[in-house]
Amino acid sequence: MENILQQVGIDNYIYLSTLLFCVGIFGVLFRRNAIVMFMSIEIMLNAVNLLLVAFSTYHQDAAGQVFVFFSMAVAAAEVAVGLAILVAVYRNHNGIDIDNLKKLKG
Amino acid sequence: MDILIAIAALGIICLIAEIFNLRKAIVPVTIIGLFAVLGHAVYKAKFGTTLLSFELDENQYFNMVVSDKYALGFSSLFILLTIFLVALTPDFHKEHKPKISDFVAIKLFLLTGAIAMVAFGNLSMFFLGIEILSISLYVLAASEPKNVKSNEAGMKYFLMGAFASGILLFGIALIYGATGTFDIPSIKALSTTDLPSWYTIGCVMVFIGLLFKIAAVPFHFWAPDVYEGSPALTTATMSTLAKVAAMASLFKMITTLNPHLAGYITCINVVAVLSMIVGNLIALRQTNVKRMLAFSGISHAGYMLLSIHFTNFADAQGNLLYYAAAYAFAGIAAFAVVLSVCGKKGNEEVYNFNGLGKTNPLLAGVLTCALLSMAGIPIFSGFFAKFFLFSQILAKGQVTLVIFAVISSIISVGYYFKLIIAMYTKDSTEKVQPVPVAYTTVAVTAIALNIAIGLVPSLVMGLIR
Repeated sequence: MENILQQVGIDNYIYLSTLLFCVGIFGVLFRRNAIVMFMSIEIMLNAVNLLLVAFSTYHQDAAGQVFVFFSMAVAAAEVAVGLAILVAVYRNHNGIDIDNLKKLKG
Repeated sequence: MDILIAIAALGIICLIAEIFNLRKAIVPVTIIGLFAVLGHAVYKAKFGTTLLSFELDENQYFNMVVSDKYALGFSSLFILLTIFLVALTPDFHKEHKPKISDFVAIKLFLLTGAIAMVAFGNLSMFFLGIEILSISLYVLAASEPKNVKSNEAGMKYFLMGAFASGILLFGIALIYGATGTFDIPSIKALSTTDLPSWYTIGCVMVFIGLLFKIAAVPFHFWAPDVYEGSPALTTATMSTLAKVAAMASLFKMITTLNPHLAGYITCINVVAVLSMIVGNLIALRQTNVKRMLAFSGISHAGYMLLSIHFTNFADAQGNLLYYAAAYAFAGIAAFAVVLSVCGKKGNEEVYNFNGLGKTNPLLAGVLTCALLSMAGIPIFSGFFAKFFLFSQILAKGQVTLVIFAVISSIISVGYYFKLIIAMYTKDSTEKVQPVPVAYTTVAVTAIALNIAIGLVPSLVMGLIR
């Protein structure tokens, strides 16, 4: 059966998800707004999900797609905790710019 | 598998006990439960069978969890460390009595994550374990919402941790892409064959993700800030339980995955040597005890990384477990004293310890023993741990690494003695505070265990060999 993966090629999927992953990494490294950093982390994790699903189809193996469920659940839990920390930071600093967080130095 | 289920159930029982207003029973029940699971794990590691009437067949769970001697030995250590940490909880969170069930339950879930990290037989279990451990730690690090330092520590730890998990997850996806399976034995069998270049990149990314978690040197920058800002009990958890768990998991990963990359062992050697030297050198100029112990932890991660050089696999596993146990018991003892000295003061500067030798000789003695053990002075198990580790590396012929390790452990004596001198030669400026019994008990028990395994190393080694 001619599926979309054979038409596009696994290589292009790898390039796309690597690109998305790098977008996420640069977002975390260069943006200073905590919410944008959270979004960048989500982009990183979703790039991985895309890659897993592509490989899952490539190998004709369902395990990759099941793993995506795990990683989505984990990402949701992680962001829930992250947003809770962000609310606490906002209350104490009146802002979410992480450059305000520089009390700890040594 | 049975250990994981039992501990997760214990965590849920804690949460339910709060609903039924049994708050007083939570800590005793948890500790008794953990002792029962500890007995089960040790028995299983020693004799290979259990006292239970039924046996869980791990094949039925698609080999998600492998209860080999390595996993059982490290699980026992983690359970013992959690018992200490849970015993410290009620006094530490005195002002937050209604939340005690949360603090205990989160520590138990953290323990499940730690056990999944050493007992994994599948990459998905490994990923879930590392995430359960990390998410619990994010919550604990930020568990004082009104304290600006705790906020900052939580935020920094969260961002760095999530970033590292992203890298690790990408590595897992690439390994899956190259091998078509998440199963560890299958990957190990396939790794000797010819694989696409994604596999190498995937392995390297998994290693980098784990090096973030153990705070080895190029990836250590978050550790001192997070350790300083978190509540002291959380710092104790991070520097003992979380570090040892991540280290055990990294050792298992390095010995399982063969990345087909010339010179990757050299890279790990460089990371290990840098961790030892940089960690110890920067620790010399710290005045905050938590920061100092953070850098000490970085250098110990470097020593433990060296355990990948071995001639006999089972011995190497035993030596790593022994080193981890010696380090973690000394760490628990040291942090129990730090908690009792700096509990109410809001900072952990060295001057808080002035004159402790006169005002509370017992705690001063325990802290001295713990620091001497970390520095590697004989009769404490820290010395024997270093001795076994270095002779294992020498047997492999890596003399240069041992020279670096010995030099850095001589440097480390400098900052451990700074604290000891402050305790015994300077005069106390503040009046004596009462110390909760739990802190003293934990400190004394932990240091007694440290000395006991120093005198009888087979107590620990026997679990694995």
